[in-house]
Amino acid sequence: MRIIIGEGSCGLAAGAGSVHASLEELFAKNESTDVELGITGCIGMCFLEPIVDVYEDDGTLHRLVKVQAKDAQTICDAVTSGDLSLLDKLAISQDDELFLSKQTRVALRDCGVIDPESIDDYLAHGGYQAITKVLTTGMSQEDVIEQIDIAGLRGRGGAGFSTAFKWRAARDAKADETGQKYLICNADEGDPGAFMDRAVIEGDPHSLIEGMLIGAYSIGASEAIVYVRAEYPLAITRLRKAIEDATARGYLGENICGSDFSCTLRIKAGAGAFVCGEETALIESLEGKRGMPRLKPPFPAQAGYWLKPSNINNVETYANVAWIINNGGAAFAAMGTKDSKGTKVFALSGKIARGGLVEVPMGTTLREVIFGIGGGIRDNKEFKAVQLGGPSGGCVPASKLDTVIDYNELAATGAIMGSGGMVVMDESTCMVSMARFFLDFTAKESCGKCVHCRLGTKRMLEILDRIVAGKGEPGDIEKLEDLCYAIKDGALCGLGQTAPNPVLTTIRYFRDELEAHIDEHRCPAGECRELISYSIDKTKCVGCTACARQCPAGAISGERRSPHEIDPQLCIKCGNCKTACRFGAVQVA
Amino acid sequence: MSTLAPSDLSLIEPALDAYADIPGSLITILQETQEAYGYLPMDVMEHIAERTHTPIATIVGVATFYAQFRLEPVGKHLIMLCQGTACHVNGSELISAAITDELGIEDGQTTKDGMFSLKHVACLGCCSLSPVMMINGRTYGSLTPDKARKILRELAAGDAEEDEAK
Repeated sequence: MRIIIGEGSCGLAAGAGSVHASLEELFAKNESTDVELGITGCIGMCFLEPIVDVYEDDGTLHRLVKVQAKDAQTICDAVTSGDLSLLDKLAISQDDELFLSKQTRVALRDCGVIDPESIDDYLAHGGYQAITKVLTTGMSQEDVIEQIDIAGLRGRGGAGFSTAFKWRAARDAKADETGQKYLICNADEGDPGAFMDRAVIEGDPHSLIEGMLIGAYSIGASEAIVYVRAEYPLAITRLRKAIEDATARGYLGENICGSDFSCTLRIKAGAGAFVCGEETALIESLEGKRGMPRLKPPFPAQAGYWLKPSNINNVETYANVAWIINNGGAAFAAMGTKDSKGTKVFALSGKIARGGLVEVPMGTTLREVIFGIGGGIRDNKEFKAVQLGGPSGGCVPASKLDTVIDYNELAATGAIMGSGGMVVMDESTCMVSMARFFLDFTAKESCGKCVHCRLGTKRMLEILDRIVAGKGEPGDIEKLEDLCYAIKDGALCGLGQTAPNPVLTTIRYFRDELEAHIDEHRCPAGECRELISYSIDKTKCVGCTACARQCPAGAISGERRSPHEIDPQLCIKCGNCKTACRFGAVQVA
Repeated sequence: MSTLAPSDLSLIEPALDAYADIPGSLITILQETQEAYGYLPMDVMEHIAERTHTPIATIVGVATFYAQFRLEPVGKHLIMLCQGTACHVNGSELISAAITDELGIEDGQTTKDGMFSLKHVACLGCCSLSPVMMINGRTYGSLTPDKARKILRELAAGDAEEDEAK
């Protein structure tokens, strides 16, 4: 029998580590039981973490969810007694199983299945077959790129540029006398609300290495680099081990698979700058400088890292490559829409019932992802919008829920495909505050190189700050629009050019909310603190004192069993009372 | 800076021996410096400038560009409060207010007793547990203002016990 514990960052944060320790301790005492304890990466069902998979010897899976350390005894009893029905109370519900069964996993094919720290497990699941095929069956560089071309693979980092086009450009670029070219992986997942790349590296690091090797062969690079966020320590640890293991087995280093192709791979930890997701800024950072974008052309394919031809793709893009080589480009292209092929991974979060990692074929509707897989909004609230593409993207409203996942279709809504952040919002989310949140982010992350981005985002933020504080003025919306278009036109890199998107989509779809803030000094969602006040509905209040006990400001008074009252002078609008009240008596207006 | 005692420069020697001559290693050296000292002391940066033949302005330029680097020491417990989108939507602002109210510090500040520092950080990537904060490498999820206060009080109480034991 095998017991596998999901130990991605999310699982560990939810307590998987102590579950593991408890199980280990219990089974150490029961030496007679033949149990193998193992780990796997992110299974993707973050809302059910920690997750423990119990496999019987015939392969039957019992998936246990929300397991706590105290449940270890139950698991141990079930396994040692052979009465696995004891596990039923921890088992995943049929409803929750839909979360995975409705997905199509290509990039995440082995995530949450294999042990990320074991190269043998990766090999047992067909790992390194693609690079072996490329190197031992005489596939030329063009043969490989042609498969990527047939697959129609586009960059998964957000911009959606053709991968085959980039690879051809880097292959055809003339190297200098050293012959040096570089292949780089952008794992600087800076988008707040996105964790797809982290999950891939933590859960299946060898698939990234294999995809990068195939890319390096195709463009003629002998050195590959992964630029990872320093905020992802577990991903770095696991990738480092994978590199060591792959090197020891001859999949990295000299004469890979007995061919004359040689390639090394190293990790460079980023230091926290969103702009480094832009490829030329990333190159500057790799060179140890401030991560400020370069003027293009020359493109990285011509003059990239140390001014040598370089190719940069994101983690998810590379994670698809081995699958494409193994199954053929046509199999990948069979999924998706006319312009967007294959699958896309999304990090589903926010006010969603079932949040986690979702991989679906392109062409799936947003409605299917949010309601079919994600289970809709939690706490029976109303869906309001979904944010795609983070600070470069926008909010898509309920009326556009039937939009399909496709680079062009999503762009038409004003949002973008983005790298995969999908944050769901309900009726209690203020869209103006949301726009301000993203502007605050881009204004802080602007590298300062161009005036339009550096000052433009700041001016926009000042206007939005005024609006959420109830000091909006007539003409503010028009001023914001002017600034948006000026920044889009005037900024050098993707960060600045897309920074206005969250504001533009808010103006486009939630103009009424903006106007309510500006004209009536009112926040319809009841979120903007300066514009709301709390009160107690005397007809509903039973005088249980729960709210008064939770009030940190001592603003609530009243006798037990008689209606309470909030002193608006003392109220700090923290919302504790509303959360504490079981009778719906606390009102926000 | 002149009021501080000079830093022990030997702590950074191993990293300088390894990286000083490799072009493009400045960020790595600064990361090692922060690992060794807890922050980037000015005199150490001056020493790095000398050893790597790099202008001090370049080094401070890089140090101030990236969010990871700190130019001042932090408290014993570094509270990293996630400001990701999912955390924002799920009320991280209330958590921030509760911490400020509890400890009297805002983003980027350290308590007078040097016990707690508060830092707002970009997404920690645990979006389904939002709102989230990380203290001393441990992640605390599904926070409420009350839960956050309780965690801080427990940490402070733990310190008091430690002190008594001494």
